[in-house]
Amino acid sequence: MSEKTPSRPLPETRNAGEKFWKAAAEGSLLVPKCTACARTFWHPRPRCPHCGSNRVDWIKGSGGGTVHTFTVVRQSGDPFFKTRVPYAVAMVELDEGPRMMTNVVDCPVDSVKIGMRVEVVFEAAGENLAIPMFRPAGSAK
Amino acid sequence: MSQTHLSGQVSIVGAATAGIGWETGNSVSEIMAEAVLSALDEAGLSVRDVDGVFAVTPYYWMPSATLADQLGIQPKVTDSTNIGGASVVAHVGHAVRAIVSGQCEVAVIAYASTQRSDGGKLVTGADILPFERPYGALFPISGYAMLMQRHMYEHGTTREQLAQVAVSASQWASLNPDALKPEAISVADVLASPLISDPLRKLDICLVTNGGGAIVLTSRDRAKKLRKPAISVLGTGESHSHCYVSNMRSYTATAGVESGRAAYEMAGLGPKDMDVVQIYDAFTIMVLLGLEDLGFCAKGEGGRMVDRGIGPGSKLPVNTSGGGLRYCHPGMFGIFLLVEAVRQLRNECGKRQVENTRRALVHGFGGVVAGNATVILGRDG
Repeated sequence: MSEKTPSRPLPETRNAGEKFWKAAAEGSLLVPKCTACARTFWHPRPRCPHCGSNRVDWIKGSGGGTVHTFTVVRQSGDPFFKTRVPYAVAMVELDEGPRMMTNVVDCPVDSVKIGMRVEVVFEAAGENLAIPMFRPAGSAK
Repeated sequence: MSQTHLSGQVSIVGAATAGIGWETGNSVSEIMAEAVLSALDEAGLSVRDVDGVFAVTPYYWMPSATLADQLGIQPKVTDSTNIGGASVVAHVGHAVRAIVSGQCEVAVIAYASTQRSDGGKLVTGADILPFERPYGALFPISGYAMLMQRHMYEHGTTREQLAQVAVSASQWASLNPDALKPEAISVADVLASPLISDPLRKLDICLVTNGGGAIVLTSRDRAKKLRKPAISVLGTGESHSHCYVSNMRSYTATAGVESGRAAYEMAGLGPKDMDVVQIYDAFTIMVLLGLEDLGFCAKGEGGRMVDRGIGPGSKLPVNTSGGGLRYCHPGMFGIFLLVEAVRQLRNECGKRQVENTRRALVHGFGGVVAGNATVILGRDG
């Protein structure tokens, strides 16, 4: 009988995010793009928040981005996240335009800076699910 | 359409708090009702006069109906609009329009929470965007931390300047007999307090307390016959720019720009006309954003403005009660901003009274600077 280890709170994978999370599980970061006004956006939803069109499609993101702002969480009451402190939460501006909330990983939390170049990396989370996170660009081992 | 014809048509005739403290034996609806009854009593009105009920709290599904049940009222106007801590500030604008249009005559606006006694942390109905869930951002703390970080990066705002917001709040609180944290703190104290979510430290964050408050509004003509000096609602404005942190277009500016502009235009006044300012300060960075977006200084100058002083004796007194940082903070703080502004305008503030206060600005933020509402109040003479 093993003690149940708390697991990472998981996203909603149905509805507008279904395709996104399926691609993430396969190691690819999709970005929603409106084919009516040609603009990208985050987060996924059935209609474009810029023009209202339902002609929303996906493009494959380059996986590159820049830290727009961030914070290092030092304390948490959440059963999972309290085992992970300190960790960096950031708004990363994707090279395709929109900003997404994520974690910056694979580096000391005190090295995270605004303007830092980052690249996507996926953390496996449960069955058929992977969470996109970012690490310093060029830090692949 | 211009809103100037609404300016000064409605007055606040009662303002009260209830149940502010660390412990309580009362429920949230009881505290709201007590605040409403005290505010009515100030005015010389009774619950039978009330035909407009405005309320918000995270505790109930239909807060205005819960409050009306508690008081035995069937109103002609009801409003539980929730834009977080800005809600009751927005309700003022709604009540003005309901009274001027003749929909109701006497409106009450109320809020309460017993979050201190219910676990000692923020009680909120806030939902997290499903796409944000896996990343462990503290709500709303990490959102504000990211605003602070970006403001420091873009504008050279210093940690010391942000700490000074909390120090000023403590100086005001030391003059407020109702403040729950009246002891003075220094910049060094703030910077030595534990990091919670960088660069945000414990003393950058509001208190967690119980409490409630209420105000009463009626037409200018009816207000003249009541007990307390009437405080005119000169301007109101509201907006929201996003709901979730992920959807913020800017991490250094807020829809306070738009809500402030609407309030100034309706009042025919500007920032220079304000004698006292109450800006929701759940986190120190909010005061800088508010001062900038409401035009008290240019964007990015908030830190330097705080250096010049916002505490007792300064040219622009901000958060004269001690604010959410040091007075009390039962969650959505808007009602306490309004009550303090009314008391300053009535010259009831004792040691913390700002002399010759004729105009006051109140700005509420909700969520992570999502909801914004601005109210400009004034007294005659």
